[in-house]
Amino acid sequence: MVAGGESGFRINHVNESRRAFDEMHAEGGVRPAYAGIEAWLKAHGLEALAAKRAEAEALFRRVGITFAVYGEGGDPERLIPFDVIPRILARQEWDRLSRGLTQRVKALNMFMADVYSKREILRAGLIPESLVLQNEAFRPEMQGFVPPGGVYTHISGIDLVRTGPDDFYVLEDNCRTPSGVSYMLENREAMLRLFPQLCAGHRLMPVGHYPEELLETLKEAAPPNCQGEPCVAILTPGHYNSAYYEHCFLADEMGVEVVEGFDLFVEDAVVYMRTTAGPRRVDVLYRRLDDDYLDPLVFRPDSMLGVPGIFAAYRAGNITLANAPGAGIADDKAIYPFVPDMIRFYLDEAPLLQNVPTYLCERDEDRAYVLEHMQELVVKLARGSGGYGMLIGPHSTAEQRDEFARRIKARPADYIAQPTLALSTVPTLAGSGIAPRHVDLRPYILTGKDVRIVPGGLTRVALREGSLVVNSSQGGGTKDTWVLDDGPAPSQSQTQSQSQSQRMGG
Amino acid sequence: MLSRTADSLYWMGRYVERAGNLARGMQVALRMAGLASSLGGDVDEWRTLLVAAGAEPGFLAKHSDVTPEAVIRWLALDQDNPSSIANCIEAARGNGRAVRTALTVDMWEALNDTWREMRAQAATAADPERLPQFLEWVRARTLLFNGAAADTMLRNDGWRFTHLGVMLERADNTARLLDAKHETITGEGSEGAVAYAQWQALLRSVSALRSYQWIYHTRLKPRLVADMLILRPELPRSLLACHSRVEQVLDRIAEANGGRRGEPHRLAGEIHARLRYGRIEDILAGGLHAFLTQCINRNIDLGREITAFYLHG
Repeated sequence: MVAGGESGFRINHVNESRRAFDEMHAEGGVRPAYAGIEAWLKAHGLEALAAKRAEAEALFRRVGITFAVYGEGGDPERLIPFDVIPRILARQEWDRLSRGLTQRVKALNMFMADVYSKREILRAGLIPESLVLQNEAFRPEMQGFVPPGGVYTHISGIDLVRTGPDDFYVLEDNCRTPSGVSYMLENREAMLRLFPQLCAGHRLMPVGHYPEELLETLKEAAPPNCQGEPCVAILTPGHYNSAYYEHCFLADEMGVEVVEGFDLFVEDAVVYMRTTAGPRRVDVLYRRLDDDYLDPLVFRPDSMLGVPGIFAAYRAGNITLANAPGAGIADDKAIYPFVPDMIRFYLDEAPLLQNVPTYLCERDEDRAYVLEHMQELVVKLARGSGGYGMLIGPHSTAEQRDEFARRIKARPADYIAQPTLALSTVPTLAGSGIAPRHVDLRPYILTGKDVRIVPGGLTRVALREGSLVVNSSQGGGTKDTWVLDDGPAPSQSQTQSQSQSQRMGG
Repeated sequence: MLSRTADSLYWMGRYVERAGNLARGMQVALRMAGLASSLGGDVDEWRTLLVAAGAEPGFLAKHSDVTPEAVIRWLALDQDNPSSIANCIEAARGNGRAVRTALTVDMWEALNDTWREMRAQAATAADPERLPQFLEWVRARTLLFNGAAADTMLRNDGWRFTHLGVMLERADNTARLLDAKHETITGEGSEGAVAYAQWQALLRSVSALRSYQWIYHTRLKPRLVADMLILRPELPRSLLACHSRVEQVLDRIAEANGGRRGEPHRLAGEIHARLRYGRIEDILAGGLHAFLTQCINRNIDLGREITAFYLHG
């Protein structure tokens, strides 16, 4: 391998990706945000990049940043592959997204406040009533109760994809327990360690304050009966959960306890932790446990992970659950096509972020279209999460399409379909060299008294050539996401004098 | 601190210490077995170690003969032995992982690296050629972990419960090691070259052979060996030293948690007082084995009381 030569970063175009918008190489040249990356790759070459990747992997393994996969054989604790080439957004691109995300999450919260009380949007006929009220994600137990501040989804992850310089689409909303934010933070840490000079040469908007923003958001959600400084904790299903590392990481960063169901008990509708000093009252619980398992007295009676009586404590105003039970109604895939209507209905604004056109197989005309055009469409389960149970038309065999056609006819309400988008690509260190790989973006939106978003989010990348599936359970990896602030990049000497004055000032 | 967190830290401390103690015990047994032919004695080191580790019943349920190979495998690696070195490391790391935020990065890395390397070498660790190196590695990793804890943990309940686990386990180990050799101290076998080698081995297993000379300035005498392991405050692995720390730590925990005290504090104080004001002559007159058996049982009681009072809140 030639170190430092041009050959080190030649893009191996593949048919699939030629049509896609490449975020680094577009319009025949390198887009300005990527100029620094281009220069680094030219100067250091592929071998240096591969060495950085090995270093990154050792780092992640050592710190134990893993996600747990039990019951599949092999190593139960796996690393999500980390690609060392960052994904870069310019400030003005991000600002546009940020406004759109804020608008969207506001509308989603208003939608929930509405469907759990007056149901005005249903009465206005904008969304079919059955789609909401018959929905498994709709929690009748939440009717007639307004959580503190009217916030249902305090922490949301909105998955975005891109098809062109100015074309972003919302792929899906995650209003329940979106995960992955620890990777956003650890990826940045890794980049700062591996590429200190490269990072210093860019005006990176920081992400490291996310845990503080999260803690502020959770404190702002304190229930009416909270006295004094709110006691915040994270509820985890336990260390067999795939996101357990993240639960601990966030708790550690915020300086709060990470608790399991057994650590909590309810007495007179007040929730306490069991501590070595006796019971301690909990005011806000960032729960990373699904609704079903939260309270065996209200939801699944066989849940061993939850806390009996916690829902009654919630309704009594003695604890806040974040996100609220029943928040899943807002991110249901069958509700998704109506989000632009929600924005117009509740905010009287035009949606700033577009939806991907979506066909609901439940509707006769949509279903007919889907069954006719399966080869061009992505067919997904309307409920459930992740990359399981998905048909990617252009990559499917006739047998697979027949199988999905059978499933759609049997349970039409379970399926939706969308056109396959030519997802944008970012250069990625693949087996033999650098090649374009499809990416998406999950920014994390925090809603307390205000909406807060740290710039960027988690970029997920489909590591397999031509693959459009970025889920970590399906061979996806992650990249650090850089939002570059306006203005020229600081020179080396400026950065040094800045950090020196910080040292002296501290 | 969450009771569950305290529970996990306490057991993490115990399991790391247990792994290290087993490695120490096995190092001594290896040495004695190597000397056996030249000493000409009837040295049944491996059976003694099985008894000392409390691992004999489980072993005999699976094996009919006590061969060195079988005992080594059982103590070092066997998945069916809950206290094998491999299982101790697994359990320590499992407890640590369950409460990761209560660990410092240095502790976690020491624990996690040990666990990873243990998995990597499990297949070959009991090979006769590899075993000494493996045991030394376990001992060193335990020292590293304890050092990381001592050097990096905030002195709050996290540290106290970890340390409490280590000290209780260490006291238990010293009592068991000494008890397994009580016949060479007070019984028929307390004369001659074999007995002498046994005393040496015993001291070596608690890193106290040189220390003995510094304290007593005389050749090994069984009464003094027992005195050192039970009553000397200077030796960090003596029963007195361990129980003195246990009482102190329990006291600090009570202070930090609103002054609440109970049976663990009373019992720890009583055990400590008996050791602190005890005399070796009286202990030997009453019977060393009986005394040590009582120590081991009271230690178990203390563990139970701590669990009931703090860990299952």
